[in-house]
Amino acid sequence: MHIPDGFLNAGVSVATGVAAAGAVGYGLRRAREELDEKAVPLMALATAFIFAAQMLNFPVAAGTSGHFLGGVLAALLLGPWLGSLVIALVLLVQCLGFADGGLTALGANIFNMGIVGTLFAFYVFRLIRGVLPPRRPFYFLSAAATAWLSVFLASGACAVELAISGTSPLGVALPAMLGVHAIIGIGEAIITVAVLSLVLAVRPDLVRTFDLRRDGFPPRGAEVRG
Amino acid sequence: MDKTKKGGFIFILAGLAISAALALFLSPWASSEPDGLEKVAEDKGFLEKAEETEPAWKSAPLPDYSVPALNRKVVDEETGEEVEEPSRLSTGLAGLLGTVGIFFVAWGLAVVLKKPEREEEAQAGEASTG
Repeated sequence: MHIPDGFLNAGVSVATGVAAAGAVGYGLRRAREELDEKAVPLMALATAFIFAAQMLNFPVAAGTSGHFLGGVLAALLLGPWLGSLVIALVLLVQCLGFADGGLTALGANIFNMGIVGTLFAFYVFRLIRGVLPPRRPFYFLSAAATAWLSVFLASGACAVELAISGTSPLGVALPAMLGVHAIIGIGEAIITVAVLSLVLAVRPDLVRTFDLRRDGFPPRGAEVRG
Repeated sequence: MDKTKKGGFIFILAGLAISAALALFLSPWASSEPDGLEKVAEDKGFLEKAEETEPAWKSAPLPDYSVPALNRKVVDEETGEEVEEPSRLSTGLAGLLGTVGIFFVAWGLAVVLKKPEREEEAQAGEASTG
């Protein structure tokens, strides 16, 4: 859902640009505290993987495709602030290097995918995770639900921006965007859970939101009760 | 290099290799249908707004995930105009360059943002003694 130039009016471009700059600016400050020896290479890898995965459009409905967003994956691996920086960097490189997403819409794209689809989604994850019982299956269930929601809400934010800009009335854009992204969100949930379970199988210590003591299900034969 | 450090290095390297392979080998075969937003714009009749707008940034080195030098020139059957069509190699190579490139950009950014090690050590020392 990378918005190109021409869809947003100046007001929406500037307002979302200011919000995005604020979040990125604060995220850059938080990064100082949150980046440790382990997080530096993981941040690089998460950025590279999300960039690559975003290229892999999958068919969703007649004549429509969707692709991975990765905000929830990044936030669950690295925490909300580093996660949103990862998404902002992917969007910046896609815009400047690959002409994907307009420069005048960069703020809106960061707002939709890096703030709504990453930061906000992360706190929704925490909420769901807190309500559900501990243990691994519920960790994945929370991740899947949040991943789906992140795409759904980001597309809603996009529709609101289109409506305020006078590009498409809310009554038209909102149901259309939410409808198609409700399907794309299923792909998001599947990829997010698949990658998380892969990382958790190999390097559970790298997933910041996964608490081995709380969520860890001892794998077959392992004695990791703390 | 201790064991955990070596394990971390292998994990990151393997992850980068998988990401690069996805971009190089799989992206040329990805669906080329319009994505969610593009499809909505088409159906609801506002796609022209983007098509009629001059892009604000025209210097992207790999526009539309392709290497311009490797693109084929084909004649569009509907409009009769000559358009560039990325070959699979062009798309895959652009994806590979992007994936590896952004890996190093992100690594560099993280290193710059990270608290200098001296400070970290000083803090750890304080914590352990105090």
